[in-house]
This record gives sequence, C-alpha cells and structure tokens, in this order.
Amino acid sequence: MKRHQNLLLLIAVVLLAVLPLWLVQKPAADADGKPAEIFAGADNKARDLIGVIAPDYRPWFEPLLEPASGEISSLLFALQAALGAGFIGYYLGAAVTREKIQREMAKQMAEQQEKPTRAD
Amino acid sequence: MHIMEGFLPVEHAIGWTLASASFVAWGLHAIKKRIDEQPEQRMLLGVAAAFSFVLSALKLPSVTGSCSHPTGTGLGALLFGPVAMAPIGAVVLLFQALLLAHGGLTTLGANLFSMAIVGPFVAAGIFRLARGLKRSFALSVFLATSLADLMTYVTTSAQLAWAFPDPLGGFSASFAKFATIFAITQIPLAISEGLLTVVIFNALARFNPQELRDMKLLPANEVRA
Repeated sequence: MKRHQNLLLLIAVVLLAVLPLWLVQKPAADADGKPAEIFAGADNKARDLIGVIAPDYRPWFEPLLEPASGEISSLLFALQAALGAGFIGYYLGAAVTREKIQREMAKQMAEQQEKPTRAD
Repeated sequence: MHIMEGFLPVEHAIGWTLASASFVAWGLHAIKKRIDEQPEQRMLLGVAAAFSFVLSALKLPSVTGSCSHPTGTGLGALLFGPVAMAPIGAVVLLFQALLLAHGGLTTLGANLFSMAIVGPFVAAGIFRLARGLKRSFALSVFLATSLADLMTYVTTSAQLAWAFPDPLGGFSASFAKFATIFAITQIPLAISEGLLTVVIFNALARFNPQELRDMKLLPANEVRA
C-alpha cells in the first residue's frame, strides 16, 4: 500500500509538470512579429514588470559571474540537482542496508536462542 | 522567487540582508546545538540540505505558461526546526547567486527571507496546527510544505511590491501584479513540492523511524506515515 502511495504521488508530480506543456497555448507573435516566449522564467517576468512599473530604475549591481551560455547554465543546474539527488540516494541506500542487516541479526539471534531449547 | 542581482533599491537590500543575517546566525547556533547533542543526525541534516538543492534546481513549467521552481525548505524545517533552514538556504542561494547569476548578492537577504525564513516558519506552523487538529501525518506534511512553498512566493511578491509600488495603485496594485507572476505560477509547483516531501518522509519513516521518533515527529506507536 505504501509503495503504491509513493508511486501515485510521483505520478501526480510528473502529471503536474507535463500537463502545462500540453494545456498552455503558445501566445501569438507580438506586434513586431517576434515570436512570443513561452515557459520563460517567472524571475525574468518579474524583472520585466519592474521595468514597466518603475521605468527609471537601473539595477545598481551586476552578477560577478554569469554562465557563458544557456548550456553552461543548465550544466550548473544539473550539477546542483545531481549533487543533492546523489546524497539523498546514498543516505537512503545506507538506511535500507542498515535495516536489512539489523533484521538479519535479529533473526540470527532468535535462532541461536532457540537452539539450546531444541537440544534439551 | 529569485529577485535578480541589483533589482532591489539599496536601502531595501541592506534591510533584508540585516534581517536575514540575524536568522542565519540564530540558525547556525541552533544547528550546532542539535549536532552536539545528537551527532548521528548530521547525515539527516545533509539530506535536508540536499533536498533543497534538488528541488530549487528543478525549474518546472506551470499552467501560467512560465517556469518556476520549488524550494525544498519545508522538509528541513519539519526535521530540524525552521531556523535551521536559514543557513542551509544561504548555501543554496549563494551557490546560485555566485555560479549561476540566479538571484544575487545584493538580493541574497531578501531571497533568503522569503525562501529560508518565511517558508520554513510557515511549514513548522502549519504542521503543528494540522497535527493539533488530528490530521494524518502525511496530510500534515503535505499541507505544511506546499503552503510554505506558496508563501515563499507570496513573500517575494510583497518584497517587490514594497520596493516598487505602482505609481497609481500603490503597494496593493503592485502586489497583485507580482503575485500574478509568482504566486499563481507557483500553485501547481507548491502541490508538487508537498507531494515530493511526503514521498521522502515516507522513505524516512520506513527506514529511519527511530530518528523521526527521536525528533518527536512520529509518536512512538505510529511507525508509518
């Protein structure tokens, strides 16, 4: 049942991520004939909105280091996710093994305790 | 929820930095105390940090036609208490600010405040409330972490609206605009974060029930979430 619950939860997460790709219509090209962007970052949209609300605002600090291209940036994001996922995988793997060993030891102990009574 | 580098006026940047720095210091103290008392929980602290690393790297599409990402700070807030997430969030946000030009140093304080302070405190509060109302463990975790995720983005909207009030409508008009971008986009993602946190809690409850009981997250008789 538990295994089922986790599976269903993961399916729900995948659906939540995939359905928008299918449901959202690509907006029509804007006045200049430039194709409209879809699934851009919300952070960028907020930056654009700042430009609309406060057109005179100028950012007063620049990022020290910018990823050289979109590819480099996705490399670093993938690295970030991989580091995290790797650690979680290690921890859960160790926890599973520990539980298995504990169970086997408990079984052995139980068998050893049974033996003398059988010998009697 | 990342406010970009340089996109907060200087006085706001300084104010949020000071506010967040005090929580980071408090959080470091709390973590140190916890690890001194229970050194075996060090690995679990790593899991909380790793979870936030993974989730904040996942930029997911949303129904509004833009992409955003979960925060992953709810798990650690429930395991180690909300203040512990301030330093952990600082590590995640520094990584992104320095290497990815995602967020920034001048906006680190504000971003920390929304993701690693407001979110975790909401998570801990909702969890306590839901458990107090005798909701199941899984439902409590789901509500706590998804609302924490959502409130992080509501906070970002408020921070931006405060810094950039609408010339006509003021704070509330500006807040409505930013919230349309951030909070509405975030709703399905917040649900995803809640579901994923339940998944990881299920795994922890299955293989590390003793740790969760030591943390008083699980009562002695409730082994499985």
